[in-house]
Amino acid sequence: MEFFGLDCRFERFDAPLPIHGARVLAGQWSALALAVAEAKGRLVSLWGSDERATGDGFAVSAAYATADGLLWAKLGLDAAKPAYPDISRFFPAAVRMQRAARDLVGIEAEDAADDRPWLRHGAWPADYFPLRFGNTGQERFQAQADAYPFVPVEGDGVHEIPVGPVHAGTIEPGHFRFSVVGEKVLRLEERLGYTHKGIERRFMGMDTDEGARLAGRVSGDSTVAYAWAYAMAVESLAGVKVPERAAWLRALLLERERVANHLGDLGALGNDAAFGFALAQFSRLREDWLRLNRECFGHRLLMDCVRPGGVARDLDADGCAQLRRQVADIAREVAELKDIYEEHAGLQDRLVTTGRATPELAQRLGLTGLAGRASGQAADLRADFPWPPYDGLAVTACTHRNGDVAARVAMRFDECFASLRMIDALLAGLPGGSAREPVLVMRDGAGAGWVEGWRGEVFVALETNAQGRIARCHCHDPSWQNWPVLEHAIIGNIVPDFPLINKSFNLSYSGQDL
Amino acid sequence: MWHILKYIARRGRVTEPAPEPLEGTHRPAHPVHDEILAILGRALAIRQVDAGSCNGCELEINALNNPYYNIEGLGIRFVASPRHADMLLVTGPVSRHMELALRRTYDATPAPKLVVAVGDCGGTGGIFGESYASCGRVSNVIPVDVTVPGCPPPPAEILAGILAAVRARPPIEAEPATFEPGFN
Repeated sequence: MEFFGLDCRFERFDAPLPIHGARVLAGQWSALALAVAEAKGRLVSLWGSDERATGDGFAVSAAYATADGLLWAKLGLDAAKPAYPDISRFFPAAVRMQRAARDLVGIEAEDAADDRPWLRHGAWPADYFPLRFGNTGQERFQAQADAYPFVPVEGDGVHEIPVGPVHAGTIEPGHFRFSVVGEKVLRLEERLGYTHKGIERRFMGMDTDEGARLAGRVSGDSTVAYAWAYAMAVESLAGVKVPERAAWLRALLLERERVANHLGDLGALGNDAAFGFALAQFSRLREDWLRLNRECFGHRLLMDCVRPGGVARDLDADGCAQLRRQVADIAREVAELKDIYEEHAGLQDRLVTTGRATPELAQRLGLTGLAGRASGQAADLRADFPWPPYDGLAVTACTHRNGDVAARVAMRFDECFASLRMIDALLAGLPGGSAREPVLVMRDGAGAGWVEGWRGEVFVALETNAQGRIARCHCHDPSWQNWPVLEHAIIGNIVPDFPLINKSFNLSYSGQDL
Repeated sequence: MWHILKYIARRGRVTEPAPEPLEGTHRPAHPVHDEILAILGRALAIRQVDAGSCNGCELEINALNNPYYNIEGLGIRFVASPRHADMLLVTGPVSRHMELALRRTYDATPAPKLVVAVGDCGGTGGIFGESYASCGRVSNVIPVDVTVPGCPPPPAEILAGILAAVRARPPIEAEPATFEPGFN
């Protein structure tokens, strides 16, 4: 297929969603970025790879979401001087991805305005690239001095508050640099990469079954989304169609993961606005939810339940009945708690207008997923490209336009009810048959997976080598797009509201640090 | 307000009894000393440190705060600063980028201090192992008293590990050096 009048043929992957891939030429690389931006498409991901093992030099890949599905464009780069045209002019979200690609593979975005390292701190030197051919990833380096040039803010009464990497609560590590006047935030600059643990290097050389375990641990709260996107990538590479029952069970698991996270966040958000009652009640409901996960699927967070070819464990009639009963109970409780949220003036006062990301800003910066939908960006893969079993569930993307903490809270209530409805429908109509197919992995193949996780779209690009093992696996978290928007949402708010605003986005550190 | 009180009254208490301390995972077995419990008064302040985990362990540690486990009822609470902590609850693998921050957090915690490494990654390096970016298990960076295996371990097992660390502490008399005044 051809897209945007570009003279290059995109091949469709054998995936349930429309995902297309092509190698592009240097001119087409920029032309495609421009065309997608003009058509109001989104940049999903950008990453690099070293293909010198097969004699092809380096490569940079970009994945775009368009009305026709996902386009994976790959541009070959010179082995001696790997550089490609910067696309952050079209997609601001590309900045950090391009910096990360340089840190890991050593490919440069030409004329990029920001060339500071992103994932590399002081743990390895600037001339070492872990994903390059010939490096094992087992190299050890003396820790180097780490002087990151934050953008300074100057003026009368301006001072800086550095926070992290170790935060005050039980959350992931990252550094926030606030420039403030009194209590008011003038600027926030994030610095992430603290949990970089070499996931992409770890994938290289693994067999695809082992890779499934690792993919499920890129971001612990989205383990089903990653495991499904990864499994989809393996299956599209192998040309395997999963049994209908397996697809239904996967959707059941994904929606259960979404509800679990929303229950947790709704409680935590209430708590961050000094409403402890909410935390106590929602965390109780979440615990009930996780305990039944363990009973029915063997794992509280549903890790390793989705495997290439299907699901690891089938569900019996008794489990189905238990799950349906629970859906009814939780729906009733959440409805009652929603009333309490809405009639609590003190709580609403903290949520409404706090941490706004306007629809215009969201569109320009590429805000995605749940946070994007709270700012009027009506993209939801389950509604836009309904793949089985979502095609039979009549999914519509829930949206709000205020883009404040209150809108992101309302999104969670809406999506919670929508997912509970879907879970019930999935359980009621669960088809029979097997829950797993054997998968024979192709050598020198490529595949891709794309799934709407609870936070947003999770994308996995997978390539195998001549031995049928993983040559490159790139996992993309929607947090890449959303972290930069948080820097804008906090402007003009007071420092004590930051935990609340941050929680309302609830972005992954591990998922973007890799 | 009436609505909230009604909701609370209808749900009642869900708190469950605390689990037995984890067996067989701690350093050389010391007999449980009543005086230790007396000294700690069964109160324990914990500083949690994510040194590079996937966030799975954090979710389960957070679950300890739900009404089923009611850890505050056991005298255990999570604190915001290592300066206030008796115990560090560390998840891993320790990324090289968190190595220094973890050491500093450990040094900022007043002695006597306990360290519990949570999860397979914290205990062994797990699926991420050691590499250019990862130091592997927590004990490669700071001394560890108890490890709690699991990926991630469920809250009850994390709580059992915390209790095991408290129980396993050797008698204070045997380690007078641990009471050093001032910063350390």
